[in-house]
Amino acid sequence: MKAPLIKIKNLRKAYGNFTVLHGIDLEISQGEVVCVVGPSGSGKSTLIRCINHLEPFEDDGEIIVDGIPVRPGRDLADVRAEVGMVFQSFNLFPHMTVLRNVMLAPIRVRKMNEADAEKRARDLLERVGISVQADKYPGQLSGGQQQRVAIARALAMEPKVLLFDEPTSALDPEMVGEVLDVMKKLAGTGVTMVVVTHEMGFARQVADRVLFMDGGNIIEAGTPTEIFDAPKEERTRNFLHAVLDH
Amino acid sequence: MDLFSTFFNIPVLVASLPQLLNGLLVTIGIGITSIIAGLIGGLFLAVLRLYAGPVTNALVRGYIDVFRSIPLLVLLIIVYYALPFVGIRLSPFFSAVTALTLVSAAYTAEIFRAGIEAIPKGQFEASAALGLSNRYTMTDVILPQAIRIVIPPLTNNCINVLKDTALASVVAMPDLLKQATQAQALSANPTPLIGAAVIYLILLLPMVRFVARLEKRFSRGRT
Repeated sequence: MKAPLIKIKNLRKAYGNFTVLHGIDLEISQGEVVCVVGPSGSGKSTLIRCINHLEPFEDDGEIIVDGIPVRPGRDLADVRAEVGMVFQSFNLFPHMTVLRNVMLAPIRVRKMNEADAEKRARDLLERVGISVQADKYPGQLSGGQQQRVAIARALAMEPKVLLFDEPTSALDPEMVGEVLDVMKKLAGTGVTMVVVTHEMGFARQVADRVLFMDGGNIIEAGTPTEIFDAPKEERTRNFLHAVLDH
Repeated sequence: MDLFSTFFNIPVLVASLPQLLNGLLVTIGIGITSIIAGLIGGLFLAVLRLYAGPVTNALVRGYIDVFRSIPLLVLLIIVYYALPFVGIRLSPFFSAVTALTLVSAAYTAEIFRAGIEAIPKGQFEASAALGLSNRYTMTDVILPQAIRIVIPPLTNNCINVLKDTALASVVAMPDLLKQATQAQALSANPTPLIGAAVIYLILLLPMVRFVARLEKRFSRGRT
């Protein structure tokens, strides 16, 4: 069997006396699509924000991405170049055109030349259906369009892993679908994806594995069928009952 | 002598005008040099404060607090009259530029810090997640956005620096004010002082209007 792409061992994090993550162990293989679900405050966002060290974590824990340990220092930029992230609030750069947003990191981090970076950016914008708006500024786009640009921006680095931190939670309901469609297409291309989401339909349809988190622990993990149709844990059942049955 | 020929004596004004304009050049020279040096110093301090450890941070904060507290005239007199006792002898020009720059850098650092802090955390996070270095995060993402926020307060600071150049006259710098007082003594008529005041206004009023317009536009853009 192949070595896992992401290896998380005893990941712990606390804010003062409040523990957010209680020693998480998790391995994610190349090409796997993992959806993380659970109630607010369960630590799921914190978990994926630790993977690219946007959140620092306790020293005795360990995260290894593609053989590189995630810790402050010189290697961190290398890890981050391989780990793309899509945020709940898009976080596009408002003073740059959509095209420039997508070109920036390949030019600055990968040292790609302008022409190649532009070609790649235009291809990616085409893929996410934003090619017409390439020369607009983010503020001129709808939320759904902005989030699709953010996905293109992350893809421009050709990352080994894409992290999605509640990518549809800030969107108007009618725009959720267009973003999920892009993500579904992406999942079919063999990119490794870790998706924190409240979209149970998406998780059921796309995930190879679903993790249910609560109170800073992974309570249950399994295939979508195992988690959604036959949850073993009481807490999983309660959560699914609350979000699905109404 | 009537009021008009005392304060608005045209022949005296015409006679002193070359002297006043020479003074204006000196004033602008001190002002621009100090403004540019203060901008560079202030930006450096602000970025240092953002990325350096707690010790450097405390030092920078100390610098900013001290130089925002000390009266500029006191600082200028220390630089010009006290430093020679420890072997540091600066010309009047460099004394004035040094004092103005030290203070301007402190104010500018605070302005830049406020501007950088006004940028949402998500911009830093998105830059970090893409693997951008601290340098590119600053030059490509944060500063271009912060610049728009800091232009009105920075222009205000420029106005203050230009006004404060008048203090250089106390260290025998032939700036606009010094030339005016000399011309006044020579002609035994205060018209050159009025002339100098008018020249200061011509120089600074447009900048004051400019800041007011910027601030208005900025606050309109926010609502």
